Amino acid sequence: MRRIAILAGIWALLTLAPFWLPLVGGYTTLGTRVLVLGLAAMALNYLLGYTGVLSFGHAAYVGLGAYGAAMSIKFLGMGALQAIAIGTLLGALAAVAIGPLIVRLRGIYFSMCTIAFGQVFYFIAFRWNTVTGGDDGLGGWKRPALEFAGYKLDLLTNDVAYYYVALFFFALAVGGMGLLLASPLGRVQLSIRENERRARFLGIPIERHILLSWVVSCLVASLAGALYALLNNFADPRILRWDFSGDLVIMAVLGGMRSFWGPLLGAAIFVVLQDYLSSVTENWMSFIGLFFVLVVMFFPRGVLGILKRAR
Amino acid sequence: MSLLKIEGLTKSFGSLMAVLDVSLDVAEGELHAVIGPNGAGKTTAFNLISGMLDPTRGSIQFAGHDITRLSPNERVRKGIARTFQITEIFPELTVVENLRISVEVAAGYRMRPWLSRAQTAQVKERVEQLAQRVGLTAKGGRLVGELSHGDQRAVEIGLALALRPKLLLLDEPTAGMGDQETEDITALMHRLHREEKLTIVLIEHDMPLVFKVADRITVLAQGQVLAGGTPAEIASNAAVQAAYLGQAE
Repeated sequence: MRRIAILAGIWALLTLAPFWLPLVGGYTTLGTRVLVLGLAAMALNYLLGYTGVLSFGHAAYVGLGAYGAAMSIKFLGMGALQAIAIGTLLGALAAVAIGPLIVRLRGIYFSMCTIAFGQVFYFIAFRWNTVTGGDDGLGGWKRPALEFAGYKLDLLTNDVAYYYVALFFFALAVGGMGLLLASPLGRVQLSIRENERRARFLGIPIERHILLSWVVSCLVASLAGALYALLNNFADPRILRWDFSGDLVIMAVLGGMRSFWGPLLGAAIFVVLQDYLSSVTENWMSFIGLFFVLVVMFFPRGVLGILKRAR
Repeated sequence: MSLLKIEGLTKSFGSLMAVLDVSLDVAEGELHAVIGPNGAGKTTAFNLISGMLDPTRGSIQFAGHDITRLSPNERVRKGIARTFQITEIFPELTVVENLRISVEVAAGYRMRPWLSRAQTAQVKERVEQLAQRVGLTAKGGRLVGELSHGDQRAVEIGLALALRPKLLLLDEPTAGMGDQETEDITALMHRLHREEKLTIVLIEHDMPLVFKVADRITVLAQGQVLAGGTPAEIASNAAVQAAYLGQAE
């Protein structure tokens, strides 16, 4: 009962965000940013918190989603839905290609390899000026209208409408991940996090399940990337770089990597702090860093972990 | 009929012969104890049987199939389940959640993103059965990381039993346990062996326990088989007494 009430509360807050955000000094685009980056962090945490595998290269998939969406709008003149689908698919394909090469690695070796593969995509975006816009990023396009079954919804001048488009995809992805985690498949992943040796000697093919979790995680991260590009009307090469992967890890750990919703809370704290602090000081990152260190030292289960313990 | 037949099994780590030319025959329904001083190669032998290590030489036959080169999970599917010297469980999950994972894997649901109502009910019933079998019904909702050592052992045995194994490998199940816990585990082994006719291979240091429950005993020393036979034969074997029993008791 309590769980249902909490879930209902979370979804109500998310659904009504464009209405309550201005009351607390926020604005709709900030809400969309939290939603989209939160989705990326939750995707990362699907792998980190629920399979026990740390990727330090998720920026690559967020970036591929972003560039996939941006290019299909700029060069192919696609609509919003098609662009999001193509971006998501591009990232997922890359994950399917790279996954088998790294799932046998463990711990720090896995993380290092995800960074290495991630940086490959960063340098491609950075160097291939004619296609990706290089250092300047891929701009010169605007998010197109949403066309579906004869309806046409302008998204460019309507931030609230875009928030709900993002929320729709967020709900789809988060609902999907939630269902998977509540299923036998999700429990097998959990067993790998808990004790890989025991899982192996229950007859579980570990690598295959890590691969599956990796692909789901990267697919959702790519979706977040596509949504992020449309939010900014721009694909930024910096979201492909490894330090953006670090931001996602910070969000997940800050919010609480043992809780499903923790990373969303982490993203909210990260984005709001960034928004507020960066208008006060250039060194906003040192404050986030300090906060992160304190949380990790004293509350290893993140902010949501504190809240859970308090009740 | 022999369920497990090991011939000339050898494992070397560099120049160290951890297991040397070991042959072993375990009949169906038998409780076979493997004893020997520390470093005799008992756990290495277990690791070879369960597929955690590949042998340097020799063969392992299980239920008429050559399993020498199969992966651990293929061996599990053939019906070999094991526990470890240091208990391996899922510490941050409850007893019921631990058992449920094993039950679902055994039922072939490992890739299922959903279960029907009937399947969920079946899983639940089987989990309750197992919890009862290993004596943990009252502690179903507890995190296993917080249980006593003996209860954690029981969880691990429950995880293995969920797989409906033909052969259960128990690596020092009573190590580090108090008298009551040892008695509980012994009673559990007894039940599994006598009532359910499960074939068990047991590594154990507790000699009174071994002589009480085992049908047959194999004595390893320095990686080699020193002697094999019934408890009575082993107890009266001069070489065994010299090499092991005399020293241990």
